[in-house]
Amino acid sequence: MAECVECGADVALHDDLEVGEIIDCTTCGAELEVTDTNPPVLQKAPELEEDWGE
Amino acid sequence: MNVGMLYSRIRKDEKLLLSELRDRDHDITKIDVRKQQFNIEDAPEAFDDLDIVLDRCLATSRSLYVTRFCEAYDVPVVNTPDTAEVCADKVKNSLALTREGIPTPNTDVAFTKDAAMQTIEEFGYPCVLKPVIGSWGRLMAKIDGKSAAEAILEHKATLGHYEHKVFYVQEFVEKPGRDIRVLATDGEPVAAMVRSSDHWLTNAAKGAETAEFELDDEARDLVERASDAVGGGLLGVDLMETGDSYTVHEVNHTVEFKALNDTTDIDVPGAVVDWLEAKVEAEQGKEVTA
Repeated sequence: MAECVECGADVALHDDLEVGEIIDCTTCGAELEVTDTNPPVLQKAPELEEDWGE
Repeated sequence: MNVGMLYSRIRKDEKLLLSELRDRDHDITKIDVRKQQFNIEDAPEAFDDLDIVLDRCLATSRSLYVTRFCEAYDVPVVNTPDTAEVCADKVKNSLALTREGIPTPNTDVAFTKDAAMQTIEEFGYPCVLKPVIGSWGRLMAKIDGKSAAEAILEHKATLGHYEHKVFYVQEFVEKPGRDIRVLATDGEPVAAMVRSSDHWLTNAAKGAETAEFELDDEARDLVERASDAVGGGLLGVDLMETGDSYTVHEVNHTVEFKALNDTTDIDVPGAVVDWLEAKVEAEQGKEVTA
């Protein structure tokens, strides 16, 4: 579990968490970036930029 | 091998690759490009002892620069900066395909609203206006008439970044409600799928439905030639069916494959890592010979 930085709700985390991964807060819908895994730390994810893609 | 992975966001695609690399006991250095400084002479510490760098940058601008730094640091990088440069820009992409005689939708580029309007009228309606940089089907416009064309050009010219004043106008291809995505390593197809939608845009990122696709000899040949045309590497080649043939509309250089991996029985990340291993072995063979 970690805390959503946007709404403060508990966010469930899966076992193979990876730094750089994005987790959705199921309470407020915020996109959260995993910045550490031990212990898990979440920050608000950057907004979509125009040059993102493949 | 020691693989450096350039990233700013770990998508499911990167997780699949990381998992495959770890399962094979390879060393991995995850390099968040947002946290690095790239000196023009000295590589960041994170680049020490890497056998190969895999560019998985989400942002095209970062991909273009960091792969160029890898080249300067003499670290092998997939894909190369030259391939990235061609694939990142739709104009360069179209020119490269055309230069090699690969069928691709007819395209004009214009730099002013008036010149763009003239080319749109010459193509007739519908035609397509695309940003030269961009992905996931964003900011693509299917233009059905003159009023819409005038409005879109006005908006792009007034509100857009300077790149939006490079008007990339393309013929509208009447595809059968789907297009084809092929993931290829140096021109060799790993797997292919069709992306179907009622919408004219059939990007997986736009929610298109996917299904596995069996490539025929002609499609395989086009994939190989399209890969060569942009300099080879780990690529996503997009084709549209045109009756009894195909047209290649673009080649992607930081290809996403999660949808493809879910669609096919082929182990896509496994095939990519096989290819990376062979690439590193070839590079190391070159060093020994030298």
